[in-house]
Amino acid sequence: MAEGTKLNTQVTIAGVTFKNPVMTASGTFGSGMEYGEFVDLNKLGAIVTKGVANVPWPGNPTPRVAETYGGMLNAIGLQNPGIEVFIKRDLEFLKQFDTRVIVNICGKSVEDYVEVVERLSGEAVDMLEINVSCPNVKEGAIAFGQKADALYNITKEIKKKAKQPVIMKLSPNVTDITEMAKAAEAAGADALSMINTITGMKIDIHKRTFALANKTGGMSGPAIKPVAVRMVYQAANAVKIPIIGMGGITNGEDAIEFLLAGATAVSIGAMNFINPYTTEETIQEIEAYMRQYNIEDINDIIGTIK
Amino acid sequence: MGKRKERAVVLKQARIAPDIYDMWIDTALAVEAKPGQFINIYPKDKSTLLPRPISICEVDREKNRLRIVYRRAGKGTGEFSDYKEGESIDILGTLGNGFPLEKAKGKKCFLMGGGIGIPPILQLAKELQTAGSEEVNIVAGYRNSDLFLSEDLKQYGRLFVATEDGSAGSKGNVMNAIEENGLKGEVIFACGPMPMLRAIKKFAEENEIEAYISLEERMACGVGACLGCVCKTVHKDEHSQVNNARICTDGPVFDAKEVEI
Repeated sequence: MAEGTKLNTQVTIAGVTFKNPVMTASGTFGSGMEYGEFVDLNKLGAIVTKGVANVPWPGNPTPRVAETYGGMLNAIGLQNPGIEVFIKRDLEFLKQFDTRVIVNICGKSVEDYVEVVERLSGEAVDMLEINVSCPNVKEGAIAFGQKADALYNITKEIKKKAKQPVIMKLSPNVTDITEMAKAAEAAGADALSMINTITGMKIDIHKRTFALANKTGGMSGPAIKPVAVRMVYQAANAVKIPIIGMGGITNGEDAIEFLLAGATAVSIGAMNFINPYTTEETIQEIEAYMRQYNIEDINDIIGTIK
Repeated sequence: MGKRKERAVVLKQARIAPDIYDMWIDTALAVEAKPGQFINIYPKDKSTLLPRPISICEVDREKNRLRIVYRRAGKGTGEFSDYKEGESIDILGTLGNGFPLEKAKGKKCFLMGGGIGIPPILQLAKELQTAGSEEVNIVAGYRNSDLFLSEDLKQYGRLFVATEDGSAGSKGNVMNAIEENGLKGEVIFACGPMPMLRAIKKFAEENEIEAYISLEERMACGVGACLGCVCKTVHKDEHSQVNNARICTDGPVFDAKEVEI
């Protein structure tokens, strides 16, 4: 590739164009405030915010996090300040940056989700990501993400009210991910994001207790990447709507793997905790890969492994 | 300068008691370091991914050096304990709020450290020399007669020791040492295990003394994003809108009256 060749890293999902395919996985980046000290938020494809509900949620008791081999477990329990404070503080903060904003929404009932979706209809939000797959909240939530008909119904209800394109975030804790992907697509979802964390458990053998107060938690980090790549590949071959891939991405090479498997964009999650500069570095590494293999347009490699 | 991730260099390391290690590192972060703050150290072994939050024991701002004293407790700290002079390590800092030195002005100060909560007390005692405190009494609680850092602590205040096995000082914990020596103070700064902090909170409330306690919890990011390390607060926290504050960013030092432990 001739030096100075302009690379196209732009990707488009449901009519929304992103300057590059690198986003932040919900819950690992707050609303960007904490990471603005480390990375230039303007450089990111999108900031996907921490799940927000109609009212503040206190989350789970501690310990909420535990390390596992090559990864971690978390059971935060979707602690969030509620949609009103989120709009006033977090969305206001995000307005100063030239990046896309995707708001992750959580709830305990269809009505909870719809309330937040409607509240955001006039706000500066590019897309909505619906969290129907958090393994750490007992009532509701996960049930929507583990039964195809429940997923279909909630997607349909949200689509009726949503003013922004809707991403359904899928749980990997299912027997057949393609069934879930198809249900969301059939109900009108504009895109999918996957995978949420994998349900896991850790036991402290010295204290003879669970490592997490919640007993179970969601596993993330590099150890889960092969599972995520496989599921993205399967879903990409089952549906036509675009997919945002995530699960253990640590660098540009990992990101490319997801793009080849069929993801249109990727999110960095747990790795933000390990290296706060990961998002920006991943963007640079994707560009380096494009130069190495003479790829002028990132879209040329998406889903090319069949 | 704000928080940043840096490559630091190990200057020296020694084992100063069973499983207790004393390491000096060369880092520009020293300039901003305050007593009660901590740094994240990232293990090189990628099976142990999460950073280890380690409190700052001593600061040499002129020479850009930080001292950490930590307990070898698992794989991560096990790796750290093998580091030799010249080893490069990735650290993030400086993190947390630190002890409110201004509360010490003109007061008789009580500094209490228990076990691996003793190290941050050293830099605190050192800085209280110039913070205008009237008197500095330090109470350190150990498991046994391995009185790590006690010689250092003596330089900056009157030191009282308690040991669980009674092999040195008062038998029992820091509260026993306070009682036995009839110690009185006007403001408490403490770091140590939760039962000790609970006892201090109670003691402070009963005696109407101000107390600032440093809390600990399992952390992931260390910068306030993941919401892993929260503690219960008496009042609704402004950031969370619930009764939870983030130990890594709103703490680790809290007014004992403001937290439920």
